[in-house]
Amino acid sequence: MRNARLLSQIAVASAVAIILAGCSSSTTSSTTAAKSSPPKIDAMKSLGAGEGQVNIVAWGGYVESGANDPKVNWVSDFEKSTGCKVNVKVGSTSDEMVALMKTGQYDVVSASGDASLRLIYGGDVAPVNTSLIPNYADVFPGLKDQAWNSVDGVAYGVPHGRGANLLVYNTDIVKPAPTSWGSVFDANSPYKGKITAYDSAIYIADAALYLMKSQPSLGIKYPYALDQKQFDAAVALLKVQKPLIGEYWSDYLKHVASLKSGGTVLGTTWQANINLALSEGVKVNGIKPVEGSTGWSDTWMISSKAKNPNCGYMWMDHIISPSANAAVAEWFGEAPSNAKACDMTADKNFCTTFHAADAAYWTDVYYWNTATETCLDGRTDVKCVPYSEWVKAWSSLRNA
Amino acid sequence: MNNSIATWMHKRQKVRLLALLAAPGLWLVVAYLGALGALLVTAFFTIDNFTGDTIPGFNLGNFHDMVSDPAYRNVMFRTLGIALSVTLICSAIAIPMAFFMAKVAKPRNQKFLVALVLTPLWASYLVKIYAWRSMLEPGTGVIDWLLSPLGIHSPGFGGPAIIIGLSYLWLPYMILPIYAGLERLPNSLLDASGDLGARNFYTFRKVVLPLIFPSLVAGSMFTFSLSLGDYITAQIIGGKLQMLGNVVYQNFSINLPFAATIATIPITIMALYLWLVRRTGALASL
Repeated sequence: MRNARLLSQIAVASAVAIILAGCSSSTTSSTTAAKSSPPKIDAMKSLGAGEGQVNIVAWGGYVESGANDPKVNWVSDFEKSTGCKVNVKVGSTSDEMVALMKTGQYDVVSASGDASLRLIYGGDVAPVNTSLIPNYADVFPGLKDQAWNSVDGVAYGVPHGRGANLLVYNTDIVKPAPTSWGSVFDANSPYKGKITAYDSAIYIADAALYLMKSQPSLGIKYPYALDQKQFDAAVALLKVQKPLIGEYWSDYLKHVASLKSGGTVLGTTWQANINLALSEGVKVNGIKPVEGSTGWSDTWMISSKAKNPNCGYMWMDHIISPSANAAVAEWFGEAPSNAKACDMTADKNFCTTFHAADAAYWTDVYYWNTATETCLDGRTDVKCVPYSEWVKAWSSLRNA
Repeated sequence: MNNSIATWMHKRQKVRLLALLAAPGLWLVVAYLGALGALLVTAFFTIDNFTGDTIPGFNLGNFHDMVSDPAYRNVMFRTLGIALSVTLICSAIAIPMAFFMAKVAKPRNQKFLVALVLTPLWASYLVKIYAWRSMLEPGTGVIDWLLSPLGIHSPGFGGPAIIIGLSYLWLPYMILPIYAGLERLPNSLLDASGDLGARNFYTFRKVVLPLIFPSLVAGSMFTFSLSLGDYITAQIIGGKLQMLGNVVYQNFSINLPFAATIATIPITIMALYLWLVRRTGALASL
């Protein structure tokens, strides 16, 4: 017993030491005011010789070297032509990617809109000199200089691809066919228990988008800029929806399996999931409802602490080149960002299915963005609810 | 040279002990208690709402948020309920099974049975849970098919599914300590009890149970703590139900301090549990 007491004394002593260490550094900052501009970082002036390697953080399926499927490979020819060896670290969520980029050990990242602003304002990524990226000229204009990939006209990355979050329904069971997101928020839905929603705090924006159209009196202009009152209304709507939900999904394979088994007949999804379900013989259809939809648009960004900036720039140019961009888009299931990529896809209807060149289609798609205290819709008289509060509200909702 | 160090050490018992314990002691204090301490300290930090950077300091806001929101109370009691149910179900299945293995089966079959109990541990956790997912699938799963003639349906995905899945996963951890405990129990005690007129159940209650109680406690520490921390099973077969681990998982990358605050709940529960176990004296006789 004496040893046990000694151990516990050591434990207490070390805990106290750590607490003291923690307290001593607490004087550095109190509360951080909303930042109006990102830290000043210069973009690269000119391209030099490659460093021999590049370290990438990417979504699964964005950097394929033939390891998963020998036919799916857009890394080897890049390595051969530039001499830059590609090291990839797959990030499974936007939050994980932000954390990885903060370590400073990676050169480039494929950031979604709910990560990009955090990286920009955190000083983790540098502006991009687009004149060093020849393929940038062919990117669809609707994707350039947007709220999630640029600040005050300064580009912080190159657009990679985009997709809309669609309303999927089982055509055998859901009749009449739905036309509005209202069908997944209807408390008296006949499909109660068989509705699905995306399992992330970003889904609060889907509720906000529906309210934006169905309750104009709330004054929502942009689903990612919600003041407290609007935010509470969106969360209240999600509480109404919760009893209708059978399962929330984040793993797309589980989601498609659920569509197949009939456990899910209605809910939010991606085009790639619909294609997968159709290929397995499930009778589903996906639509963009009358309210429009949320969506994602990913951006390749370069770290402000990049150790291999030249190889990083070469990679950013390569990955949006027509052939590589087409290959990624088809493998992952999203609309390519390079206008010339549509001629290179194996499936000639691919760009039509994914509305790649259809500018009108994307006008009411609200790409994922990071909610900040400074309202993203330009309002200055109120404070908006920041994304960290979204996450708390989401986990509170999921456990209520 | 080596020889002289050895001679020098030989005379000094304390130095020898220190040298022997330095590596494991350092590991325990730095890697284990240090990490735990860092976690607890992080719970008092705050984050920059915009960039998500943690800001060191002393702030009870996270604890206030956790206590004031009934959702976290719900998830705590839900997780506790699941962990307790899993422990009870595992003991209810493990005691007769271990008894059969240790006392009824022929000695040459015993080792074989132990190996059989261990085989599920060779398969990946994920494979087993995905298998349960397809079995529990309402309407098309094998459990629905088996039970439908009786007019019962699969429980579907949710709390019962999590309890079934976790009980299946942790059962070997309950059987093995009880089996070991029963092996040490002399058969003569059972015979003596029978000779004195005790019926089977009375013998079990008055002789077997008190003697294997420490083993039962050892097993319950596995099933209880493993269930308390689990989040993958809930993700796959929990439907829309979440456990404490899921809340930590949801928060850790964007709001590390809040995740750390939530993580203090299972730590506190485990500490209380171990304290209760210590009070029963079961740890001393393990």
